[in-house]
Amino acid sequence: MRLRTLLGNLGLALGVLIIVSPAILFFIWMASLSIKMEIDNASYPPVLIPTQFAWENYASVFNSNRFTTYFFNSLIVTGSATLLALLIGVPAGYGIARMQAHKSTIVILIARITPGLSYLIPLFLLFQWVGLLGTLWPQIIIHLVVTVPIAIWIMIGYFETTPMELEEAAMIDGATRWQVFRHVALPIAKPGIAVAFILAIIFSWNNFVFGIVLASRGTRTLPVAVYNMISFDQLSWGPLAAAALIVTLPVLLLTVFAQRQIVAGLTDGAVKGG
Amino acid sequence: MSNHQTATPPPRKAWRVPSYWPFVIPALIVVAGIIVFPWLFTIWMSMHEWKVGAPTTFVGLANYIRLPSDPRFVEAVGHTITYTLLSVILPVIFGTFAAVIFHQKFPFRGFLRGLFIMPMMATPVAVALVWTMMFHPQLGVLNYILSLFGLPAELWVFHPGSVIPSLVMVETWQWTPLVMLIVLGGLSAIPSEPYESARIDGANAWQMFRYITLPLITPFIFVASMIRMIDAVKSFDIIFAITQGGPGSASETINLYLYSVAFVYYDIGYGSAIAVVFFVLIVVLAAIMLYMRQRLHWNQTGGAA
Repeated sequence: MRLRTLLGNLGLALGVLIIVSPAILFFIWMASLSIKMEIDNASYPPVLIPTQFAWENYASVFNSNRFTTYFFNSLIVTGSATLLALLIGVPAGYGIARMQAHKSTIVILIARITPGLSYLIPLFLLFQWVGLLGTLWPQIIIHLVVTVPIAIWIMIGYFETTPMELEEAAMIDGATRWQVFRHVALPIAKPGIAVAFILAIIFSWNNFVFGIVLASRGTRTLPVAVYNMISFDQLSWGPLAAAALIVTLPVLLLTVFAQRQIVAGLTDGAVKGG
Repeated sequence: MSNHQTATPPPRKAWRVPSYWPFVIPALIVVAGIIVFPWLFTIWMSMHEWKVGAPTTFVGLANYIRLPSDPRFVEAVGHTITYTLLSVILPVIFGTFAAVIFHQKFPFRGFLRGLFIMPMMATPVAVALVWTMMFHPQLGVLNYILSLFGLPAELWVFHPGSVIPSLVMVETWQWTPLVMLIVLGGLSAIPSEPYESARIDGANAWQMFRYITLPLITPFIFVASMIRMIDAVKSFDIIFAITQGGPGSASETINLYLYSVAFVYYDIGYGSAIAVVFFVLIVVLAAIMLYMRQRLHWNQTGGAA
């Protein structure tokens, strides 16, 4: 019997190792590529830990004249799109949940299904016509296509589970709907808002397809900037990998530290999304 | 905030359910502007000969009629089907396996789960860049790993025959965690009684999985497959950043072809027609799957809806 539990534990350990290693090995290799000199990156057999670290790969990314611009572009686009989405989506989620307007969520579902590219054609023409191209506005506005449905969807789910009794009591006491929302419903919904906030940030930060069409040289976000680096210096892997790691590091840190919220939001949203 | 009407009624008056419309109106405006308007405008454009810099003319359904006789579009549909099928099946198998593992208790489970979901949260373009380096036929680490097992070197994304399986490998690596999370949610809702009685009856681990666990998590596997299908059909970032649809057009899916038509050739009318057909295809696929679920009376646990 003891041998059997031992074997079971070994099997479990092996299983864990098998499923986690593709993710771990990939990111280790990404980090390794980013700290190696060109010679080490081009050597065969490949080197995992070089004898000499090439920190200048990172320095060259940070020092490249446009990196700061792209970083702030990303920050502005993601920040504005997320905050606007919460400003619009949290009250909307509350209203839809309280009106029990379940049919209206069909729009959100269809928005989830629609390919991002099909929003781009009409909105691109619209932005061109209004003369917004060349500024960050088109990207902020089109990122709302991603962030607003996330915020509404998660907040509907959250407000549906919060009890009505407190709100009814407050309303009988003469509070306006706005006061009830602001002082009763909103404080209870804080964890839900955190989930919506984190997911909106990640999906907006990672977004690539809107940027490749709408961004000009000065308005690129980081994912677009990294993509453009590929075509320019195909052969210097070190700085490229360093840039890739810098772009995705904020998201990876958020994933590790806000894991519980992300898991809750994704399973909730995903299960209901079906 | 102009709520003085609701704020002043005498407190004795019977309480009425107030209108919640003011909360929804800003979202309605935004959704109408950036989601519903593009849908309608796309349909409108798809019925026009519409090229950037040229006058537009109404052509009815001509853009749609053009589609079946466009060899590149037909080919793209084939690539999309292959890509989607593989990108649903593989993550669902691995994700279910991973969920069963993560349902056990072991040290550092939370931390390891955090590492496990990193591929799906990481910036796709950054990930694609590193995969491109790993796929490199001479210097890439993947061919080195193959050589360790005595296997011949592959051309991965650089050969028309292996490009789609290679991209599916990235997609699987990226999206297995989502399937895992959904199925794990299903596993955690299963009560422990059936297992206890099965154990008394002398069932082994495989029998318990096959006859108790699997039937109970099937609805969750189904939901995961559906979400995976929707996302795989419209997969763009990974394919675009690694191959741009190449070599030649060997990995050009509908979404990539749509990009080329609309933003490389600026054939807006035809691109819109592709977008409409593409959207209808996804909705039909999703509807078929939803219909199947309703027919089978699978009710999900855990969701509040």
